Formats: sequence, C-alpha cells, structure tokens
Amino acid sequence: MTERDEELSLRRRLSALSRLPLLRGVRVSGEAARLQRQLERLSQDTSDEAIWRSVELARHVDRPYTLDYVHRILTDWVELHGDRSRADDGALVTGIGSLDGRTVVLIGHQKGRDVKERLERQFGMAFPEGYGKAMRAMELAERFGFPLLSLVDTPGAYPGVAAEQHGQGGAIARSQAAMVRLTVPSVACVIGEGGSGGAIAIAVSDRVLMQENAIYSVITPEGCAAILWRDAGQAKKAAAAFKPDAGHCLELGVIDAVVAEPPGGAQTDHDGAAALLKSALVEALDELEDVPGEELRRRRRAKFRGMGVYA
Amino acid sequence: MSDERIDVHVEQRHPLPPPAKTHPNTCPTCGSHYRDDELAEALWVCAQCGHHYPMRARTRIAWYADEGSFVEEAAEVRSDDPLEFFDLRPYAERLAEAELNTGLGEAIVVGQATFDGHPVELAVMDFKFMGGSMGSAVGEKFSRACDSAAERGVPLLTVTSSGGARMQEGILSLMQLPKTVCAVEDLHDARVPMITVMSHPTTAGVLASFASLGDVTIGEPGALIAFTGPRVVQQTTREKLPDDFGLAEQNLRFGHLDAIVPRPEQRDYLGRVLRLFR
Repeated sequence: MTERDEELSLRRRLSALSRLPLLRGVRVSGEAARLQRQLERLSQDTSDEAIWRSVELARHVDRPYTLDYVHRILTDWVELHGDRSRADDGALVTGIGSLDGRTVVLIGHQKGRDVKERLERQFGMAFPEGYGKAMRAMELAERFGFPLLSLVDTPGAYPGVAAEQHGQGGAIARSQAAMVRLTVPSVACVIGEGGSGGAIAIAVSDRVLMQENAIYSVITPEGCAAILWRDAGQAKKAAAAFKPDAGHCLELGVIDAVVAEPPGGAQTDHDGAAALLKSALVEALDELEDVPGEELRRRRRAKFRGMGVYA
Repeated sequence: MSDERIDVHVEQRHPLPPPAKTHPNTCPTCGSHYRDDELAEALWVCAQCGHHYPMRARTRIAWYADEGSFVEEAAEVRSDDPLEFFDLRPYAERLAEAELNTGLGEAIVVGQATFDGHPVELAVMDFKFMGGSMGSAVGEKFSRACDSAAERGVPLLTVTSSGGARMQEGILSLMQLPKTVCAVEDLHDARVPMITVMSHPTTAGVLASFASLGDVTIGEPGALIAFTGPRVVQQTTREKLPDDFGLAEQNLRFGHLDAIVPRPEQRDYLGRVLRLFR
C-alpha cells in the first residue's frame, strides 16, 4: 500500500468512527485518537512543508507590496487619499492609473517596508476608514465606468479599540456589498497575505486571482492554532489543516486562476513578478470587457452565492 | 471564532477576580439563581438585574412565531467536511457532537412563520451549535431564507449569535461572507426589508457580513457586538479597553445600532416595525 492509500484508508476509518452515534463512548474516542496519531505521522510530508513555505514567502519582508506593483504596472498613477469623513488610512491605498492605455481604479492593502512606515500603515491592517476610502474609489469606478483592480495583502482588519468603535464589522460588510453592486469589471489578486474579513472586503470581484506563493485564509495560522490547539506555536500544523495555499484555493473554487511568480518567489525579482501580474490582470480584464454591466453583476452574485460545500 | 463561550469579561479599571465555575442558571452579573422554568417564564432574563441569558434558537422561534405558524425550511442542509479538518479532534466528530448536544442540524434554523399575524421569514442562529459559527451550511441556509423571503415578499427577521466564521472549513467559511452579502443584496433588490436582532455574541465573520446589512438593526442589552473581541484586542494592541468595550451599549453610542431592546419589549418593538413595513 502506498502512503497515500494508507492515509485514505485511515481517514475513511476515522470518519466512519466519528460518525458513529455513540461518540462520547471512551473506547471509540480512544480508537479515533490512535488513528489520528497515525495520520499525523503520515501527513508530515512534503505538501505540508510546501504549505508552510507559502506562508513564509507570502509574508517575506522583501516581497513586493501594492505600491511596488503600482509603479511597475500602471502609468499616470494618481493616488487618492482619505475617506472624506474622518481619516486617510495608510494601510489601504486607492488611486487611478492607466493600465496599457486603459484607465483603471486600483485599491490595495499596503504594508510598510521599514519600521516607521510599518507603524504608519499599521502593517497593512486597515481601519474602517480604509474601507470607507475603498468604497469611495469603488463609487468613482462605477460613475466613470473604470474597471476596478484590487491587490490584497493584509494579515486582517485592524483589531483595535478605535477600529471597533468606528464600526469595523459594518465597514467590511458594506464594502463587500458595494463590490457586489458594481456594474464595472473587477479583478482582485491576492499578492501576499489574504487575511480574513480584511481581505474579502475588497476581493468580491468578477475574477479572483492569487499569486503562486500567496495565502488566502479565514484566520492567520497563529490565530487558528491559538484557538483550536490552544497554542500559537502550532501554527504550522494549523496551516497544514486549513490549507491556505493557492493550489488548494483553486481546487476549492475560491479563486479563478493562479498567477506565476519568478523562480524562488516574487521577492527575488520585483520586475519579473510585476510583469507576470500585469499580463494576468490584462488577460482577466480583456475577458470581462465585452460583458454588459448587468450581466457582470448577475454572474458575480451567482458565483459567490455558489461558494461552499455542504451535504 | 471558537466553539467555546466567548469571554466578555473585559479588563476593568478595578479588576474582578476570575469568575468561578458556576451553574449556567446562575446570573453572571448579580449571582441570582433560577430554576429552568423560572427563566423560561422570564424569557431567560434575570429578574434581579436584567442580564440576558443566551436563548436557544428553538426557544426564540417558539416565542417570536405565532403558535403553530412556524414551518421549517432547508432543514436538510448539513455541513460537510471538505478539508477533512483535524485539530485536536476531527471536524466530523465535533459536528456530530454538536448535533447530539443541541438537537439541531446546524447553527441556524430558518423557516416561515407569522409574527403578530404578519407573515415573516425567520432565520435564527444558535450559539450552542459550535459557537454559532458560520460554515457553508449556515451560509446556504441563510441565503435560502433570503430567497424565500424575497419570493414571498415578506420581511426577513434575523437573530444573530455567532463567534464568526467556522475555521474548520478554512477558506470556504470566509467565502460565506460574500455569499450571504450577495443574498442580502438580492433581498434588497426585491425591496424586502431585513430586520436584525443581534444577540450575545455577534462577532467576526457574521458581523462583517449579513448581520450588519439589516434595514433595522437592534441589539440585546449587554450583547457583545464586535468584529474583534476584547481578549484579542487586548492581546494584540495592549490598549486599555473601555469598560463597555464592544457591548451593545457602546455600539448604540457610536451609531451602529438603531436601538437596544430588552426581551420583554421585543415583541412589541418588532411588531411595530413589521406593521410599518407592511
């Protein structure tokens, strides 16, 4: 029996066991625990290592950030600051620029490169004001028929007192709702960390792409480990369990395509990574260009309403 | 985001000793103790201090819906285990256990009913089922409730109680945020109102999706309504938390709720809202 067969048969036995109506019987749980240990030994294979490698690369300090791509992909870039009500959130940049002669609106999370900038930009974790600014950019795109590009790179929305008081949850919900209503084409690409609500707030797009070494997940591996394993040190195990890598996201139908990176990862060659990202964005926009607005909106809703696996 | 009870004990200016393990019927605020039937009679509200105990989905439905009017929908939708997720225990085992403990198939119950004679669609979450967490099945059942409401042109009355997205379904649980947002948008397009009652706790993924999109949104007294809970905020930012951090009262002050309505006044309030939207 190969390792894969062995794993499958173990998983089958375990799931059969776990579906027994008498779950809390000691003997059955003991058996399940034994099977689980065997599975754990098996699962420490290359694929788990590969997932963790993605997590490390997605957070690599030299990885290109939104503005690195903006300056390589767009010409005539004009950054738009502020949400017109309270603040300008540095963790989320918005602006208009030209992509191969076509005017686009771009929104994206921006992490900082050095300590000072990181603090100013809150490590790419946006406040409700950031999502307010994003919604302002979406409105602008809708008014003038400009396509909307989103570059996603955030550990999550900012978890702070002021952010809560200013309505973090509501801002994320309304930002998604604004994206759902758009009649202009929208393309999102996860370029680093696609962390939870902070990421999905700007990624309800017609086409969702993901770079090869990016991750997209419902919670950070550390957060998941802290809650489910009660030990943030088990992050590696958590990542292996919830599979945030591009391959698995594609398999689950969450993203539409994977964007290649230069060998070794985007951090090795910013120009190369930008060229690959640009051609993927242009290709996606070309596909969407001739679809009428109402139809775009209808298809976008149908796509996201179809997501999930249930019995 | 866990299936454990969310800890709303925030750092006080005068720190309290850690709460001792007490009987679930003992009021965590004032220490009064009640029998089950006393609490059921009082809508699970402490007669001494007004603390709102968690209310189970079936209990809430029996209270809101006119007698015999509730017809459950989408009961057959159950969670699957697409990632074959293992943490300390397999997800499939946690699901089966939740089902045994709650008698529910999922963390949300949806269906048609009448409320004071007004036809409505009900979608009520149950925190006891894996912390009310939203996985694919919860997302699907809520979306079907929206469709049913839109089709029949009757208001959707939603009661939320959730720790957030269900981590055991990984990225698919995150996708339930846009999915439920799309469902609410379809409802809005059909010009059908959505009335949301946020009960303790309404946090993370559920707050950041359909719960925040109601046309009229009320909270229950003392409910935790926050994207990030107090413990995580404290641990991450080391900020000094205000005493009412993330509670319904603070949310009302900052403009995120239309009202805080205690349970004894809810039938009245909701009846009035439903009359106006008729």
